[in-house]
Amino acid sequence: MKKIISAKEAASLIKDGSTIMVGGFLSCGVADKIIDELVKTNVKNLTMICNDTSFQDSDKGKLIKNNQVTKVITTHIGTNPVTGEKMHSGQIEVEFYPMGTLVEKIHAKGSGLGGVLTPTGIGTILENGKKIVEIKGKKYIFEEPLGADYAIIYGTKVDKFGNVAFRGTTRNFNTSMATAADTVIVQADELTDCLNPDEVVIPGIFIDYIVNRGID
Amino acid sequence: MSLLVNQLSKDQIKEIIAKRIALEFKSNDIVTLGIGLPTEAANYVSSDTNIIFQSENGILGLGKNQTGPKFNKNVVNAGGAYVEVNEGACFYDSQMAFTIMRGGHIDATVLGALQVDQEGSIASWQIPGKFVPGIGGSMDLIVGSKKVIVAMTHTSNNESKIVKKCTLPLTAYKEVDMIVTERAVFNITPDGMFLTEINPLFSIDDIKNSTDADFKVSKFLKEMQI
Repeated sequence: MKKIISAKEAASLIKDGSTIMVGGFLSCGVADKIIDELVKTNVKNLTMICNDTSFQDSDKGKLIKNNQVTKVITTHIGTNPVTGEKMHSGQIEVEFYPMGTLVEKIHAKGSGLGGVLTPTGIGTILENGKKIVEIKGKKYIFEEPLGADYAIIYGTKVDKFGNVAFRGTTRNFNTSMATAADTVIVQADELTDCLNPDEVVIPGIFIDYIVNRGID
Repeated sequence: MSLLVNQLSKDQIKEIIAKRIALEFKSNDIVTLGIGLPTEAANYVSSDTNIIFQSENGILGLGKNQTGPKFNKNVVNAGGAYVEVNEGACFYDSQMAFTIMRGGHIDATVLGALQVDQEGSIASWQIPGKFVPGIGGSMDLIVGSKKVIVAMTHTSNNESKIVKKCTLPLTAYKEVDMIVTERAVFNITPDGMFLTEINPLFSIDDIKNSTDADFKVSKFLKEMQI
């Protein structure tokens, strides 16, 4: 049985200077209530690893707007002009990766691999400062694994064993992030006693805490 | 020429490009479309052509936008719009999405660009200091797709977007196969860039005058179907 806590209790786990991974593709499949509580705690100097910084008044975007994030490791900020403004003014450092590279860096961490070799970015400025490895005449960029102190992820249905099931396009980065952080908190649309094992996408062993959000 | 160009409205330009792009797809192709103009090409695909559209946020079999009034918020496209899926569709996570995209399992992708050069390099993810939306899935998609088609206006503020060498930071090096603008279609091959189709509203000289890149006129040059 996993520990079931409130969104507020989940947010209180996260301290100044923490590195957090936040699942979600824009606002789809994102643990919105935990983020709302995290905004209230006003913890600072967070490093946030996320696919995107969403919209300025939505989920991940709220942490940016509230000046809680000093570094973002992401793939795209185009939907949130506030991230761009803070980047240009020097308030936020933004480290960009191609989406496929970011997800594999996280997967490498979670699966105990020493890194990733990707052809993506060869011939671009993403090569700068990176180790280039040639295999059978083809060049690859070496990327290190990427983990975090906390992963804040979403699940459509979660059971008391921590097993997670999804609907639609809500999986996105949630599955990889669940494997790559010291502490993993899942926000559930629906908490159930026991999922059908055939339906489980993230095995419950990866989950430390469950927040039962419920559906609006 | 300038008169004619001015006569083409933004909507007409979009329609010309989208219609021409739509002709590139064959039944059973797996296709990923970029946000904006490329996505409009889907509206012009003939009903007997069965294309499987892929969305980088985790869909094969992407359908039309949901029309409401109730929306299933768990199903969105890469732009965040609520969408439907077609018969045979499936959902997956980002790792699988990029296994599909980077791994060489996409037949064709259509993307916009800020610049494309005559060697097939493309710049689309930032104008340093001014406009930095980021990379998203574009780099992986271009590297991994069997065919890369750029859909864009021929010029921006009267400057050619088809250049000898990209000056903006690259999204990918020598990966573009085809460029479709409102004026012309170019194929980029190891032997150089070829003008293969021309909008009958323009002459070859018009194209030369509005294109910074060096290109050859294909022996098989034909009228662009607009």
